[in-house]
Amino acid sequence: MSTYERVTGTLDLTPAPGAAPFPRMVLAQAGAELRATLRNGEQLLLTLIIPVLLLVGFSLAPLIDLGGARRVDFLVPGVLALAVMSTAFTGQAIATGFERRYGVLKRLGATPLSRSGLMLAKTVAVLAVEVIQAAVIVGVGLALGWRPQGSFLAAALLIVAGTAAFSGLGLLMAGTLRAEATLAAANLVYLVLLGAGGVVFPLAKFPESLRPALEVLPISALTGGLRAVLAEGAALPLAPLGVLAAWAVLSLGLVSRTFRWE
Amino acid sequence: MESPAVEILDLVKRYGAGVALDGLALRAERGAVTAVLGPNGAGKTTTVEICEGFRTADAGTVRVLGLTPERPELRARVGVMLQSGGVPPAVRCGEWLRLVARFHARPLDPGALLGRLGLAGHARTPFRRMSGGQQQRLSLAAAVIGRPELVFLDEPTAGLDPQARHACWELVGELRSAGVSVVLTTHHMDEAERLADHVVIIDKGRVVAEGTPASLTGAERQLRFRARPGLTLEELLNALPSGSAAKESPAGHYIIEGRVGPELLATVTAWCAAEGVTADDLRIERRTLEDVFLELTGRELR
Repeated sequence: MSTYERVTGTLDLTPAPGAAPFPRMVLAQAGAELRATLRNGEQLLLTLIIPVLLLVGFSLAPLIDLGGARRVDFLVPGVLALAVMSTAFTGQAIATGFERRYGVLKRLGATPLSRSGLMLAKTVAVLAVEVIQAAVIVGVGLALGWRPQGSFLAAALLIVAGTAAFSGLGLLMAGTLRAEATLAAANLVYLVLLGAGGVVFPLAKFPESLRPALEVLPISALTGGLRAVLAEGAALPLAPLGVLAAWAVLSLGLVSRTFRWE
Repeated sequence: MESPAVEILDLVKRYGAGVALDGLALRAERGAVTAVLGPNGAGKTTTVEICEGFRTADAGTVRVLGLTPERPELRARVGVMLQSGGVPPAVRCGEWLRLVARFHARPLDPGALLGRLGLAGHARTPFRRMSGGQQQRLSLAAAVIGRPELVFLDEPTAGLDPQARHACWELVGELRSAGVSVVLTTHHMDEAERLADHVVIIDKGRVVAEGTPASLTGAERQLRFRARPGLTLEELLNALPSGSAAKESPAGHYIIEGRVGPELLATVTAWCAAEGVTADDLRIERRTLEDVFLELTGRELR
């Protein structure tokens, strides 16, 4: 059953090769990645629906004991951090792992888009998704009575550092493991860090002996840093920023050595 | 002087203990269609993927448009069609082609190219919902959208129905007319005979024969039949007119060359009767690339 309507027109196949300008290639690829993410139901569940449900649920129901602090003020920074992790780490690891498996990374390697251009496009797409996530979370937070403190710039800087750290970890997984293993591991890590990284449950509730280990997790650094700025009005918190920067340097360095494109 | 489209010398590639390419040499001229023909596992894809920069050689030299394959400027000048995959399953056909077009400075019109390959009605179809043949055609479209000087097509017609295969052949013919160099791999000898200016037959990582299709198959007709292996051909040769040749290649396949006509046929059948041989598949024909391959390697092409 072959429906086959051919248009017989002349195509000028005379060679006229040339790469498009670099910014155009990067924007085209970033647009494609953004469309793919927004069209993917599982990705939307992970990046938008779960964070918003956690924010609304834990704000309205008295499930966590904060010793008098307003729940929504505690939750918005944590959920923002979760949103960054879901996009930069979990979503990116899974998507890139399957791109590798389906030969998409290989095929793109045969186009004028360089590998650095591809990585830049991925970063642009991740940041664009994060802007959408932040707008939704902030909107819902404000509707729930959130009263933000602190500097927008400091929060943005923490989010950028967190994005770099989580992207590095996600790409490290995607570039070395099988796609199915990446899918499983990325979801598992997401769940563990959601529980143990101060997103909705304060780190203070964990045993004293565990806390130093938990505090160097990238998610804890991001939740702690954002909370210091947005809930307590702190200036740029250097310790969490340092932790995130260290994760970023370490993971991206490993990515550049270990990433397999095929 | 302009360098050839592809020039390969003494190419060696090993995978673990196995040798995929064992001193392969190949030259593809500019503006010509070069077909790399061989059975599965002969080293066709490995050769092409080294030229495309996806794999590195263990030894030997490779020049693509006069450059080493990893040079970034080749990415715009060379079009690539992978044997399979390379497209995200969820992406729509038209979106993918438009994306690849946007990586190039002067691309073809994606809509016109889709129409040309019979995919106009599938522009909004996700890749995973397209048939194997449609997926192949989209990959072919993506290889030529950037108006490259050279295209590598790795088994471009695998899985195509006859109509789509002809559309692909036509496009390859037009690429050639437009001055594009084409290197394609295939294990269909009819495809190589029909499309190629130059055919390179490879087996076990080496070139076993090359030339124009006509020079490989020869203009002469020949008489062929199958019978039990190991017949003594001396008496037959004595009975045949001088200038004839008779050989068994491979075992059980007999080929008689010379002035093929009624007399020769009568001589052969008389000899068969005298020897008590039943000649199966007795036929007179031009050699095909399939025969050439069989004679050179003793194995079927597929």
